[in-house]
Formats: sequence, C-alpha cells, structure tokens
Amino acid sequence: MSGKTESLTGPILLMRGIGKQFPGVVALDGVDFRLLPGEVHALMGENGAGKSTLIKVLTGVYEIDAGTIELSGQQVAFSSPLAAQQAGISTVYQEVNLCTNLSVAENIFIGREPRRRGRIDWKRMRARASELLAGLGIDLDVSTPLSSHSLAVQQMVAIARAVDIEARVLILDEPTSSLDAGEVEQLFDVMRALKAQGIAILFVSHFLDQIYEIADRMTILRNGRLVGEYLTRELPQVELVAKMIGQVLADLEKLHGEARAFDEPLVQAQALGRAGAVEPFTLTIHEGEVVGLAGLLGSGRTEAARLLFGADHATGGQVVYGGEPAALRSPRAAMQRKIAFLSEDRKRDGLVPELTVRENIILALQATRGWTRPVPREQQDKLVAKYIAALKISPAHPEIPVRNLSGGNQQKVLLARWLILEPRLLILDEPTRGIDVGAKAEIQRLVVELSDGGVAVLFISAELEEVLRLSHKVGVLRDRRLVAVLPNDDELTTEALMETIARGGAR
Amino acid sequence: MSIATLPKATAATLTNPRYVPVLVTFGLFLAMFVAGGLRYEGFFSGQIILNAFIDNAFLLVVAVGMTFVILTGGIDLSVGSVVALSTMIAASLMAGPGWPPYVVVPLVLLIGATLGAVMGFIIHVFEIQPFIVTLAGMFLARGLCYTIGTDSIKIDDPTFTAFAQTQIDLFAGLWISPSVLIALAVVAVGAYVLHYTRLGRSVYAVGGSEQSALLMGLSVGRTKIAVYTISGFCSALGGVLLSFYMLSGYGLHAVGMELDAIAAVVIGGTLLTGGSGLLIGTVLGVLVLHLIQTIISFEGTLSSWWTKIFIGLLLFVFILLQRVFSMRRPRRSP
Repeated sequence: MSGKTESLTGPILLMRGIGKQFPGVVALDGVDFRLLPGEVHALMGENGAGKSTLIKVLTGVYEIDAGTIELSGQQVAFSSPLAAQQAGISTVYQEVNLCTNLSVAENIFIGREPRRRGRIDWKRMRARASELLAGLGIDLDVSTPLSSHSLAVQQMVAIARAVDIEARVLILDEPTSSLDAGEVEQLFDVMRALKAQGIAILFVSHFLDQIYEIADRMTILRNGRLVGEYLTRELPQVELVAKMIGQVLADLEKLHGEARAFDEPLVQAQALGRAGAVEPFTLTIHEGEVVGLAGLLGSGRTEAARLLFGADHATGGQVVYGGEPAALRSPRAAMQRKIAFLSEDRKRDGLVPELTVRENIILALQATRGWTRPVPREQQDKLVAKYIAALKISPAHPEIPVRNLSGGNQQKVLLARWLILEPRLLILDEPTRGIDVGAKAEIQRLVVELSDGGVAVLFISAELEEVLRLSHKVGVLRDRRLVAVLPNDDELTTEALMETIARGGAR
Repeated sequence: MSIATLPKATAATLTNPRYVPVLVTFGLFLAMFVAGGLRYEGFFSGQIILNAFIDNAFLLVVAVGMTFVILTGGIDLSVGSVVALSTMIAASLMAGPGWPPYVVVPLVLLIGATLGAVMGFIIHVFEIQPFIVTLAGMFLARGLCYTIGTDSIKIDDPTFTAFAQTQIDLFAGLWISPSVLIALAVVAVGAYVLHYTRLGRSVYAVGGSEQSALLMGLSVGRTKIAVYTISGFCSALGGVLLSFYMLSGYGLHAVGMELDAIAAVVIGGTLLTGGSGLLIGTVLGVLVLHLIQTIISFEGTLSSWWTKIFIGLLLFVFILLQRVFSMRRPRRSP
C-alpha cells in the first residue's frame, strides 16, 4: 500500500545524508530517511545505533552537521522543538510530557486555548477536547485532572495534543513500553485512525511483534549508519534481527573450547520475576561457569540481572545461594554474599568522574567496611597497584581523575573495584559496549581467567559473538521472558541464537 | 477559581481534589471562628473578620504575589525586604523633597516590579535556585533601606494621610479601610489572571512540570520572569499599604514578613512544589493567621509568642496533609 501512495504523492519527509558528531563519537553518518504520508514507519536499531539522535535531529533538539531535511519538498532547518512543532512535526515521548496537575482538556490545548474577548473560553475548550478525543475513540470527562487517568490514556491525550497542532508527521518514541496488551491495542487503533487521515507516523518500539503488527515499512540503523529501508511484510524477523545486530567478524578464537560439566550450583533463580520488568525465570549458575544472557535491548536482560543483585525487589520467586534461600533485599545484602554487579551505564551508576583512579577502585571495598574503618592507605596503594597491573589500566597512575581515562580504561577501573571484593558471582552488564577492540579483548580474557579461577560470571551483551565466545551456556530473553537456556556446544551458532531471539522458544 | 464561581460548586466539584485543601482551610477557619465566638465575649462579630482584612491588607497583597511564585514551584524570600524598602522610598520622597503621592506611589510600584523582574531574569537565564537569588534580593533590599536612613521616617503628606485614615462605612456600624478594597481588587485580578489567561495557565503548567511545559511549547522563561515581577509588584504595593497603616517608612518594617506570606500560602492549600493551589485559599490562609493572633489576644493570659507556636504547629499539620494528599493522588492503575 505504501508503494502506491508513494507514486501518488511522494514522501512528506525526506532526510538525506544526515551526519551528526559529538565529541569523540560519530552518532550519525550519511543516514537517509524518508516518510510517506499515511504510513507507519518503524525506526529500528540497537542501543547506540543512532535512533534517538535521528529523532532529535528531526525535532530540532540537535542541529545537523551534514545533510538536508526536506518537509513537503521544502528544505527546512529546525532550531527548536517548538519550530519543528509549528512546521507540523509532533513528538510523543515514552515519558508522557504533559502536566498531570492540569485537566485533560487543558493538556490538549494549553498554549493554544480558545479565547473569547481575551479570556480563556473554558466551555469551548472542553467541548473541543471531548470532540477530539471522541475522534480517537476515547470517551472521558475532560475536566478531570490528567493524573487521574492511566498512562495509556495520558499517552492518547499526548497524541490528541500532537495531532491537533495540525501534525503532518507524528513521532511516537517508544510509546508502548509501559502499556499492557489491551492498552497497546487501543493505541494501535488510534494510530490506524491517524494513518487513514494521511498522517505519517514514525514509530519506535523494542517489541518486534508490535512492529510487525502495525508498521508498513521500516528503516534499520546500526552504529550510526543506514542499513536499509524495507517493507515490513518482505523482511522476516530473523533477518531483521541479523541486520540490527550485524555480523561482527570473529577475529578472536572461541575462548571456551567445550562445554564443561559443573557440579556446584552457586546461584539458582527459582521462578524469580518482577511484575512489569521480567517474567518469572529459572536459571542456575555454577561456580566457575560463565552464563551469557542474549536478547535485544529491552528484552529484560538488565532487569533479570538487577534482580540477582538485589537492586530491584522481586515480586515472585526466590534466589538460592550456595544451597540456601537468600533474601537479596538490597545491593548491600548481595555484596555481603560476594555478588558484584557492573552496571550497563558506567557514567551514571558507577564511576565518580572527579575522584581519582585509586579512590574509585577502593570505593566498594570501603563501603563494605563502613566509613568508620577506613582502608589503610598502604593497603589501598598495594591493592590498586595490583589491579592496575593485572587489568593493564593505562595510564598506570592511581592518582589521576577517572574522567581523564578512556572508556575502556574506565570500564577496567570499575571492574577492579568489584574484583577487589573477590566476588563469587560477577554480573557484567554490557561490559564491552563503547570501548575499543583491544580493551574489549582484554576484558573478555579476564572473564575467562576469572571463570577458570572458580568465579561464576553472568555476562550480558548485545553482541552475540561475544556471548558465544565466552559463555558455557546462553540464556535467551525476548519480550521480558527467558525463552530458552542453550548449552554452548558446537552446534550453537550466532544464527541459531538470532533465530531464537526472533522466534522465541527452543530451537 | 474565583469566589464568584464557588456557589455553583456541586457535589462533584466539592470532591474534586483541587478544592479539597481549600475546603480544609475553610473548615479550619469556621471552626476557629465558632470556637472563639463560644469562648470569648464580643468575638462573634463581623468586625472581627473585617479587622482581619484591615490589619492584614498588606500581607494579603504580598501573599497573592507569593502564591504566583509558589505555584510555579519557586519561592520569593525578598518580599518582606521589598515591602520595607517601598515604605522607606515612599516616606523619604514625600518627607524630603515633598513629592506628591501620585508620583511616589507609581514610582515605588515600578521599583518593586523591576526588582522582581531582575530576580526572575537571573533565576531563569542562569538557572539558579530561586531560594538563593531571592535571598540575595532580600539582603540587598533590606540593606538599601539603611542607605536611605537608619531611623523611622514619618509620613505627613496630607493627601496620603487623609486617604490612609479614611473609613468606609458599611452597614450596622461595620467599616473597612481603602486598603481592604485595594487588597480585594488585587485578589480578584490575580484570580482572573490565574484562571482566565494564558499566563495564568502557564503558571500552573510550569509548576506541574517545567520540562513538560517547555516541550509543550510554552514560554517557560517568560512565565517565570512574570511571576517574580508580579511578586515584586505585589510587595511594593504591600509596602504602600503598610505605609498607609503605619504612616511611616522604616528599615525594620516587615521583618520576617516573607515567612508569614509563605505560611499563609501553604495554609491556604497551595502545594510548595507548585502546580496546585487557589488564591481564595491564600485569602483564607491570611484570615486563619489573623484569627490565631486574635484568639491569643482575647485569651489575655498567653504571651504573643504563642501565636508563633500555633502558626508553627499549623504549618506542620498542613505540610503533612499536603504530603499525604499528594501521595494519595491517583496514579496509574497497575
């Protein structure tokens, strides 16, 4: 259908050769993107692929370094979200950006309230708001505060607001991530209604099933580059996953030759789950075993790991640690059981950029001792020197601020922090993301060494090659569910993993 | 919502979460008034209420400005000092060079509004906490008072004193001062602006979520500068009303008045975090503060410091109520 529309009217939005750089990072490199009127177009890609940068460029949050944007055939450059809005590009974000203290009607019209003789005409505003929502199939009292409605309804109100600003392009950035199945259907009905009105919808979601249900066409990005534009019905899910993840050349040999036999289970998750984050899963990790977790972003990888570290409270199931049920009520409780967690976002959750390498490394050890018993300086220096050497942290100087180190070395500092505690279970969430190849290989080798030394490792990564290379077995997550646990034998390939991620269930 | 629309309130409106805090304050006011009336001879009179307005017209005006600021989630600590500065400028200009009131009063209002605008500008452009900016404004304005003079300056301009001493007789021997009319006019205009203009609705939106307001295309900066300008203007007007009341200008006038104004706004049901509250609540807040004072003075044996103790306790209760109220506010059904 989109093909037909195209020949009739041509694209409403045409982005050509878009480039955007941030200090040290090329976020977008020569990306082309187009939107046709009356289509739902999915923008796909893993974390860091450039999706959000592209959206921010389109909505005027960032300025572009290269390329052109044409809207209805006219070249445009937006200096602010407001300018983009006025040109007919409206965005509804994952977080509903409305004022929940105001009424539904006001949230739709604020800034553009109907007025009569200079004063706001409340009656007309409510009438028009009701009308507008009725057009989207929603019937509610528009004078009630927005906070009294569900997130799904708030999302619709945001869409109603966006559409009323004469939107020609509607960007929905992960609108479904906190909605339940019924609410998603409601949202899709609204999207279909808008599509029929000729509005072009750019849709971002991590849920593949949703993409295949609603999207006509998709554009795939990887590492800031365009992979291609495809008709949804012509691209099988497996191929989509392969294109999103990409084929990284296996330049390192498989580090674990064969699947070993383990007999000492260290940690067992028994029907462990958290409502809304990850469905109950059962997983056993043995001493010295590396368990990989594979799955797309938002599939529940991190959420599962956080449960094992006590960072989130489980709403069901239990953790058995060393043969005994362990209530992991807080990260502190987990740390006392020698469980360590290297988080995905090292800037936000881990490193203190202003502190020195030594101070950052010593932090967790100090925390377990309590602030009344400082680690003696001599011992600090000895430990820090040992790990700087072991992990090849460079520059090998303990007294420089961590912010001056490269990403890979920062990651090693964080690793050192946890290794000092001599963990028995080390949870690594995307430890190699955004660091260079050399540092990556060193961290991988370290994982192998630790495992040989009897440390259990839960290894989470978006790169399937890496997961395969390191893990003894691989847990596959899809749509917040652990769908399979596969032993890493010779038969397991990245293709098979992708297949499982795309289809779900055992191979 | 203005006073005029309240009688139309239906059962549904009464249970609307927006009105609950105001109704609580209103209930408290009624209870205090009835309790005072039962306990003390001569308490149960209309003039007691009118005196609340007469004695607190300046506080009411200042509290209206403070309500605007607090609704955006900000705070203005400079109001008391700006009130004092306004009395000082007014008194010195009338006493020294003998300028007429119709020149002095507009000038004072302009100075107050400008001070507020500058503070709002700094808060917005440099993204500095309102607390610290208006604290600086507070010291600045108070200090400026003493550059004009360290002693109290008497106002004896005939027009000014005549206006100040006017009594407007109502029925049955009740009377009010012109200041009361001015204060009520300010409340009415303020309520109109908050409810019926884009600026007013932006004030609520910014208080609800500044980030959202920005993404919805509202001019957050203009709104923030506007509320501090309004607060500065109201403080200056409050200063003029205080000079009617005191007939003097003095650097030690209105010490701590910013705290009374904040207390009145909070007791009136406006959330300190912004986004929710009504001006009618602020009026009730001022009346409640005054009733506490009146009851203490009727009691006779209690020292006036008990006023502070009761206000303190009341504030605790109201802040806790706010907390409970905002926690109980319906969220997304799981």
